Amino acid sequence: MIKDNLVVSNKKFNSRLIVGTGKYKNMSECAKAIKLSGANIVTVAVRRVNILNKNKPLLMDYIDPKKITYLPNTAGCFTSEDALRTLRLAREIGGWKLVKLEVLGDKKNLFPDMIETLKSTEVLSKEGFRVMVYCNDDPLMAKRLENVGASAIMPLAAPIGSGLGILNKTNLMIIRNQTKLPLIIDAGLGQASDATIAMELGCDGVLVNTAIAKAKKPFDMALAFKNAVIAGRQSYLSGRIEKTLMGVPSSPTEGII
Amino acid sequence: MIKIKKIKIKINGKNKTIDNQSTLHELINDLKIPIKKIAIEYNREIVDKKKIKKIKLKNNDVIEIVHFIGGG
Repeated sequence: MIKDNLVVSNKKFNSRLIVGTGKYKNMSECAKAIKLSGANIVTVAVRRVNILNKNKPLLMDYIDPKKITYLPNTAGCFTSEDALRTLRLAREIGGWKLVKLEVLGDKKNLFPDMIETLKSTEVLSKEGFRVMVYCNDDPLMAKRLENVGASAIMPLAAPIGSGLGILNKTNLMIIRNQTKLPLIIDAGLGQASDATIAMELGCDGVLVNTAIAKAKKPFDMALAFKNAVIAGRQSYLSGRIEKTLMGVPSSPTEGII
Repeated sequence: MIKIKKIKIKINGKNKTIDNQSTLHELINDLKIPIKKIAIEYNREIVDKKKIKKIKLKNNDVIEIVHFIGGG
């Protein structure tokens, strides 16, 4: 197969699977799952340093940011102001420009506040950030995000952490057809086959956290997602057959005895 | 003996009493925080880590020190 990389903002990545680093039992479990997933990009959160317990293990001691691309997120931010503050701090930690913007609007369903998200995307792009944007699956909003400089469109499949899988294939296909930007499904996947479906719809990648971290066997699930993304991508590139309502025989109808 | 004046600051939401005229650099060193793995906000403004030796802390300063942790 021809080299088929995920390209975000002119940067090439071998794997089309992006994984989150939250919700694992401990750092070593997280690091091993990431290795098995084959992911080149991991999302990370920005939080206060624990100044009372200095012996708490640090993420960077387990996952080397020189080998794996850290994608700082704005998880837990409900306003544009908080999201901008968080990502400016993230950039200061080590020069990160590639970021995941996520501005939530509701504490229960965790849907994105698209008005605040759109505002933040515009400001961050102007400041030189490469913004991968968590968004709803509305094609019009996706277009607006693109117009203000988003580097990747990352619609949800279903609410964050819900495991419901892809609920609106039609919208995702419409977004796929209208944009050349990387389209990455972010949030809501529950099992490996969900990732395959996303890739078969023509998405450029998937972002998974809970489905791996909270699986009964996270290491096996990490591997399953890796394979599912590869399978889905190959299937998409192979060009599926037309759907027909009636049966079409697989064996020749001529020469039947 | 010269008595060192103390000041009160807030760091990561917690009150702390430190020596007057301490620098931000000294505070971070005292807390044994690895400077390369953090970002600092000083009174709501992001600080260039190269300049923290020059920042002398004052009474009621508010400091936030953040790093990366696991997240989705």
